[in-house]
Amino acid sequence: MIEVHKLRFGYGGGVFLFEDFSLTIRRGESWTVIGPSGCGKTTLLYLIAGLQSPHGGEISINGEKIVRARPSTGLVLQDHGLLPWATILENARLGLKIRKFYGPDGKHSPVNVQVDSEKDDRRVQYWLNWLGIEQLRNMYPAQLSRGQRQRAAIARTLVLEPDLLLMDEPFSALDAPIREELQKVMNNFHAESGLTSLTVTHDIEEAVVLGEKILVLGNSCNRTPRVIDNVLCGEAATRGGAEFLRRCAELRDLLAAGNTRGS
Amino acid sequence: MKKKATFLSTLVGVVMFFCLWQLAALLINRPILPGPIEVVPLFCKNVTGELGLHFLASAGRVLAAVFLATLFAAPLGLALGQMPKLDRVISPLVAIIYPIPKIIFLPVIYVLMGISDISKITLIAMIIFFQILVVVRDEASGLKKELILSVQSLGAGRRALFRYVYLPASLPAVLTALRVSVGTAVAVLFIAEQSLTSYGLGYYIVIETYQVLLYPEMYTGIMGMGLLGVLLYFAIYAIELKVSKHLFVA
Repeated sequence: MIEVHKLRFGYGGGVFLFEDFSLTIRRGESWTVIGPSGCGKTTLLYLIAGLQSPHGGEISINGEKIVRARPSTGLVLQDHGLLPWATILENARLGLKIRKFYGPDGKHSPVNVQVDSEKDDRRVQYWLNWLGIEQLRNMYPAQLSRGQRQRAAIARTLVLEPDLLLMDEPFSALDAPIREELQKVMNNFHAESGLTSLTVTHDIEEAVVLGEKILVLGNSCNRTPRVIDNVLCGEAATRGGAEFLRRCAELRDLLAAGNTRGS
Repeated sequence: MKKKATFLSTLVGVVMFFCLWQLAALLINRPILPGPIEVVPLFCKNVTGELGLHFLASAGRVLAAVFLATLFAAPLGLALGQMPKLDRVISPLVAIIYPIPKIIFLPVIYVLMGISDISKITLIAMIIFFQILVVVRDEASGLKKELILSVQSLGAGRRALFRYVYLPASLPAVLTALRVSVGTAVAVLFIAEQSLTSYGLGYYIVIETYQVLLYPEMYTGIMGMGLLGVLLYFAIYAIELKVSKHLFVA
C-alpha cells in the first residue's frame, strides 16, 4: 500500500536522515517506528502524510505519488491538535466540515466523498461512543484530561474513515495506566478494522504492543530499513510475560546498535 | 480562564458609583460638582434633544473608526502572523509606532485630510489599528504548529485553515483588543471633537457648556461620554462572551 522508494531527506548541513531508503508497507499491517530522538521517525511520518516533501526519491500510496496531504490519510499527533475554541463534538466534526467546504475535489477531500449530514452525524456519534467520550461532547478541550483529548483527536480522525492511520507519539504525554488503556483501544481497533497504520513511538513497550512490524531507525543516515516481525502485537495482556520482555530486550539492543551518539 | 462579570456585580458597581458621586457633590458643595440627583434627570430630559444628537455624532465616529481599523488591521495581522519573513521586516516598524500616542498627529491629519469627520475618524482608527494588528499577529503566529498540521491533515488548505483556524483563533483577540482600546478611542475623540466641528460630545462639553459655565449641562455631556465608553465596553464584552465561550468555562 505504501511504497517508499529511494527516499532522500535531510534538514540541511549536508547530513541526510534518509538516503536511498526503501520500504514497503502492505495493506492491513500495523507498523511502529522507533528510534532515538532526532533519528527522523517523525519526519518519516510527515513525509508519508505529505506534510513534507522528500529531497529525492518518492513515496506513493496505492500507486499514487504523494505531493501533498492526502485526504484519506488520518493523522494523530502527540499534541492532540484540537481547536481550543470548539467543543468536542465540533472538533470531531471538523474534518467533515472541511470536506463539505471544498466538496469532493480529490485534493482536499476524496473524490468519492458523499455529503450526507445524517450519516455523518451517526458516524461522529459512533466514534465518540466507541472511544468512550460521548458524554463529553459539549465540553471544551481545556476541560478534558489528556487521555480524553487524545481520544477526541482519534475520533476526529476516524470519523473521516481513513484508509491509513498515521500516529506520532500519540500516547507519550499520558500517564502509564491511561497509555496502556489507549494502547488496548488501538489494538482492538486494529483487530476490528484491519486498518493500515503506522505509529511513531520512542517507547519500546509501545512499539511491541502496537506493531506487527517494528521499524527501527538509527540516528545516523538511514539507508537499509531494519524491520522486526513481531507476533506479540495486539496482545497487550502478554505485557510483562517472558517472551514480551525478551522482545523488548531485543529491540533495546537494536536501538543501542543504531545509536552512534552514545548516551 | 477569564472571570465572568455578572449582572449583579455590574449593578452594584453602578449604584456605588452614583452614591460616591453624590457624596462628593455634598462634600465639595460647589457649582463645579453637581450631584447625580440634579444631573441624571437633566440628562434624561436632554438626551432626547440636542444632547442626543451630540451623542450620536460621537458614537458614529467611534464605531466608524472601530470598523475601519478592524477592516485593515485584522487581515494584515493575520498575514503577518502567517508569514514570519514579512513579519521580521515589518515588526520593528510596528514596535516603534505602537507606543507613540497617535493624538500628537492631530494637526498633521487635519492639514492632510481636511477639517471633516474623516480626519477625526482616521485618528481614532489609527489607535485601534495598532492594538488589533499586534494582538491578531501574535495570536496567529502563536498557533501551535501541531494544530495547523493536524488540521491540514484533515484536508484543510489555505482557505479552510483561514476559515476554521485563523479566523476563529483571532476573533477573541480582536474583541479583547477592541474592548481595551475603546477607552483610549473615546478619550482621543474627546480631544478631537473640541475643535473644528459643531457636533459631538467633546464639542458639547467644552465649547457649548463648560466655556459658558453651564455646569449641570456640562455634566450631562460628561455622562454621555462616560456612557458611550461603558456601553461600547459592555457591548464588546457581550460579544466576547458569546464568541469566546471556551475562555469562560469553569
